[in-house]
Amino acid sequence: MIELLDIVILGMMVVAALAVLWLRDLFAVAMLSGAYSLMGATLYVLLDAVDVAFTEAAVGAGIATVLMLGTLTLVPRQEKQGKKPSLAGLFTVAATGSLLIWATLDMPEYGDPDAPIHHHVAPRYMKDSTAEVGPPNVVTSVLASYRGYDTLGETTVIFTAAIGVMALLARGRRKP
Amino acid sequence: MEVPGLFNYWMAIILMMAGLYTVIARGNLVKKLVGLGVFQISVFVLYITMGKIKDGTAPILPAGPVDGVVFSNPLPHVLILTAIVVGIATTALGLALVVRIHEAFGTIEEDDIQDIEENEA
Amino acid sequence: MREKPILRVGTKFLIPFILMFALYVQFHGDFGPGGGFQAGVIFASAFILYAIVFGIAHARRALPAGIRRLLLSLGVLIYAGTGVLALAEGGRFLDYSSLAAQPVLGQHVGIFLVEFGVGMTVFAAMTTIFFVFASRDPSAREQD
Repeated sequence: MIELLDIVILGMMVVAALAVLWLRDLFAVAMLSGAYSLMGATLYVLLDAVDVAFTEAAVGAGIATVLMLGTLTLVPRQEKQGKKPSLAGLFTVAATGSLLIWATLDMPEYGDPDAPIHHHVAPRYMKDSTAEVGPPNVVTSVLASYRGYDTLGETTVIFTAAIGVMALLARGRRKP
Repeated sequence: MEVPGLFNYWMAIILMMAGLYTVIARGNLVKKLVGLGVFQISVFVLYITMGKIKDGTAPILPAGPVDGVVFSNPLPHVLILTAIVVGIATTALGLALVVRIHEAFGTIEEDDIQDIEENEA
Repeated sequence: MREKPILRVGTKFLIPFILMFALYVQFHGDFGPGGGFQAGVIFASAFILYAIVFGIAHARRALPAGIRRLLLSLGVLIYAGTGVLALAEGGRFLDYSSLAAQPVLGQHVGIFLVEFGVGMTVFAAMTTIFFVFASRDPSAREQD
């Protein structure tokens, strides 16, 4: 059942992605990207990533859509007609896609417990995090403690992005 | 019913290429940013799929004994959690740039902007 | 907005629950899904809802720019400060074990502070970004 859902949701995501590509009304595109994001969040729940799903639903489907709509109040809502499909782009995409698909033939299969990724540091996190860090949610332990540097850097990225947006859009009180 | 071995990866790659083509072939700057978002989420799907273990559950340890319970790998979850938030930060900055470009050029179509720049030069 | 009472009353009814849920997510992140990032975004979404329904001017009065800027930098400061505090207590940077008598308690305190800092910065960043977008004048054009 869950496997069927996995296939259906991925199929719907492909449809949404292609619709984003074809539609000219940017309002529809913004709403579709929110729906696409929400489908992604559902998929993460199926794949056991509840924390990620939570974040995606709040950030990707919520804030990103709101920002996109906020932008559309400031810029034209229709994409210009009559741009020809880019043959070079199509070729690049086809070539890159086939190379990547060829590369996946070496990947471990879906859900394979013997995949290399599950035998590196992850077992140690699962086994020792209760004694070493404490929280039952291993994702929190890894995020805030084992990989605290990453999260510090990322918080700084958010900080910088907010300052960047302010610098670009907020009107200064003083005239230059 | 089973998920065929590499199906999720292939779908992720199709999504990735749809996003990449949107970025390459569409001239509208907002559309390009949405394409970038599509690409981004396809990468997330790829990573989260790698972390999944069959018959596993979310990596939240219960209070009782955990023998025989399979937990999915928490590491990709952490990486992608941070990536999502960085993604919204870059999207916001990109949209701010688009707004400024529209104010400066009166259009957000790539080729129109190019024409204006050539006429000025 | 005067003519839409259902929207206004509904929003006023919802906002406390959204804020409460955000706090729950913030402080319950150790035990279930959630944490600073999600909490910050949810907390911000309450203010964004308020701004959408009641207008940006009211929202600006509820959450002035000075406070947003303060929270934005204070969050990062709390995070990095926790690391420096661990350093001062004789541990390594961001190694929270030295923050309390027992290492696990220290970790608990450290994670609490760090997640709090993250939540604060994310909240301030999201509201700032939205407010800046929303108060931009659509007819603004650069003169050159």
